[in-house]
Amino acid sequence: MTDQSTKNLSPRQASERVALTIKARKRKESQFLFIGQSAVAVAIGFLILLFAGILSKGIPGFFQHYVTLEVQLDAAKLDPTGQMTIESLSQGDFDGAVRDSLYLALGNPEGRKAKRDARKLISSGSSQRLMTYVLNHPQQMGSTVAMKFAVDDDVDSFLRGFISRETSEADRRISDLQISYIDILDAQNRLSYEISDYLFFGSASRDAEMAGIFGALIGSLFTLLVCIILAFPLGVGTAVYLEEMAPKNRLTEIIEININNLAAVPSVVYGIMGLAIFISVFGMPRSIPLVGGIVLALMTLPTIIISSRAAIRAVPPSIRDAALGIGASKIQTIVHHVLPLAMPGILTGTIIGMAQALGETAPLLMIGMVAFIVDVPTGVTDPGTVLPVQIFMWADFAERMFVQKTSAAIIILLAFLVSMNGAAIFLRKKLERRW
Amino acid sequence: MEIVMSNSMVETASQIERRVMPDKTLGQIVVDNPRVSARNVDVFYGDKHAIDDISLDIGASQVISFIGPSGCGKSTFLRCLNRMNDTIDKCRVEGEINIDGRNIYDPLIDVVSLRARVGMVFQKANPFPKSIFDNIAYGPTIHGLASSKVELEQIVETSLQRAGLWEEVKDRLDQPGTGLSGGQQQRLCIARTIAVSPEVILMDEPCSALDPIATAKVEELIHELREQYTIVIVTHSMQQAARVSDRTAYFHLGKLVEVGDTKQVFTNPKHELTQDYITGRFG
Repeated sequence: MTDQSTKNLSPRQASERVALTIKARKRKESQFLFIGQSAVAVAIGFLILLFAGILSKGIPGFFQHYVTLEVQLDAAKLDPTGQMTIESLSQGDFDGAVRDSLYLALGNPEGRKAKRDARKLISSGSSQRLMTYVLNHPQQMGSTVAMKFAVDDDVDSFLRGFISRETSEADRRISDLQISYIDILDAQNRLSYEISDYLFFGSASRDAEMAGIFGALIGSLFTLLVCIILAFPLGVGTAVYLEEMAPKNRLTEIIEININNLAAVPSVVYGIMGLAIFISVFGMPRSIPLVGGIVLALMTLPTIIISSRAAIRAVPPSIRDAALGIGASKIQTIVHHVLPLAMPGILTGTIIGMAQALGETAPLLMIGMVAFIVDVPTGVTDPGTVLPVQIFMWADFAERMFVQKTSAAIIILLAFLVSMNGAAIFLRKKLERRW
Repeated sequence: MEIVMSNSMVETASQIERRVMPDKTLGQIVVDNPRVSARNVDVFYGDKHAIDDISLDIGASQVISFIGPSGCGKSTFLRCLNRMNDTIDKCRVEGEINIDGRNIYDPLIDVVSLRARVGMVFQKANPFPKSIFDNIAYGPTIHGLASSKVELEQIVETSLQRAGLWEEVKDRLDQPGTGLSGGQQQRLCIARTIAVSPEVILMDEPCSALDPIATAKVEELIHELREQYTIVIVTHSMQQAARVSDRTAYFHLGKLVEVGDTKQVFTNPKHELTQDYITGRFG
């Protein structure tokens, strides 16, 4: 007893000692606060830097220079057989029509070199553009229309000021003659700087001014479609089985550990597996969204399973008791009560998994979705590419304009990711608020 | 002075354990016309022997209360009666429990139809996060008890009326059941249970989370329901057991120590353990 009474301080002594420690505690607290706040500040700083960098590079990529030319739509030249179909129009001389209107605007240059330099001012896709216009507006045949054509990417770079007049002619990709032509066009107010329609509606192209993300975007959508159709039911089914039905034994434990490990496997490994199994063994074609979707589904499955299991586990057991207690079967309990309550969490996990799949490049490179494909895929078995792979390919090209288009495509990809994550938050809030 | 008093009143756990456990249950375990009849029931949770050789009859139109200190197995035994213990992985039940003459642990018995006949109300009110109407209608719907929407509405109304909740909620049937007060939620759960027309209603400490007024309402309800249903109630409140039940069973460390008419158990207990528990010497 005496021992204890000597150890115990009187309340007065105790409060004195507490007062001594308070200062140190407060100091530690403010230190911790400072470290935390500076970490957040650094993170926000990097985020701002990232966005400023991408936006300043990328926003010019949404625009490009166009030249307005008056084209004479001469039926005899453009549609020799007079049927107005793609077949008959493809025999027409649209190149010549565009060229003639350009020469006219430049005051009919003489000589082969002058003509060649003039021709190289505008995009090589101009005749295709004219043909599409004629197909859509057959009643205009015979008249003269003012049309906007994209300028060549070197001309675009010159107009943006990336190529200087002071550089000697041999060192720049644009000749003195071409510069004088540009000046003529400019003097006639034919040049304009507008939102690039090629970026949104064009496909892969070697010509920077014609390159667009449309094909890659459709490819991405098909790939994600295959991915979600496979991964969502499989993932939720696995999660329900493991969480609600499977006996807790060694085997399920091993399965659980393996699923958790699969979530950490580098994505390129899934690509190798796709190449080795789906393409080599099953003989599926390369570069198609179907194989891409399957590979990405395998990659996102662990994410979906883990988040679905967490969501199912978070449903209070009292709800299961309530349903079982009035005679609902196990499946009824799961379908009527557990899954609806777990759905916000399951959907969040799924959308996050899909966003991850949308941004994935490496496994798709392995299965050949990096091929140069001009046509827009019309189904999951058409060869195609996806947005991040398109960005990867553009980043490889040397032309100046591709740098801007790459940044623009990155902005579009980021916009998709942000809106998908936004949808996840919205769905969770909406479904949770119901009760 | 006070300290000395409480020291003599409260015994340590080891002192209680030294008290003699009976070899067999004291009092009448058999009743005429039993609805539930349990014989030699043992329950194991893994290695733990949770229920040790309990035999007990529960008569039709009777309220029986299970009392006893925490961990004595009264809730476990209650959950055996509608096989809710099946949901626990390591739980093993031996012995025989007959309801209306059929062993409910017979492999041929369908647990779904059993639970429709033996309803359960839990300690914590657990309405579904759905509307009041859907809470009641869920059971009849999955069991196909109503052949039309009108009939279903009729079932919902009568169930709520019997649970004494109709007047309070009739204007807001489409609002969430989770928005009701605690006492109302518990009566909603009772209404949900009687909506599937069970024979037996098991109640696992239904009033432990309720205030005295809500408790009084639930007890009144139990009083009215005894006409039609066999009610088994687990409670920690001796007063509640005395107020609502016809018979009382006292459990201790997995054994059924004593069972008898409530009046007799509370006024003239046969076993020293029962005596000590109801007088508040431990528990």
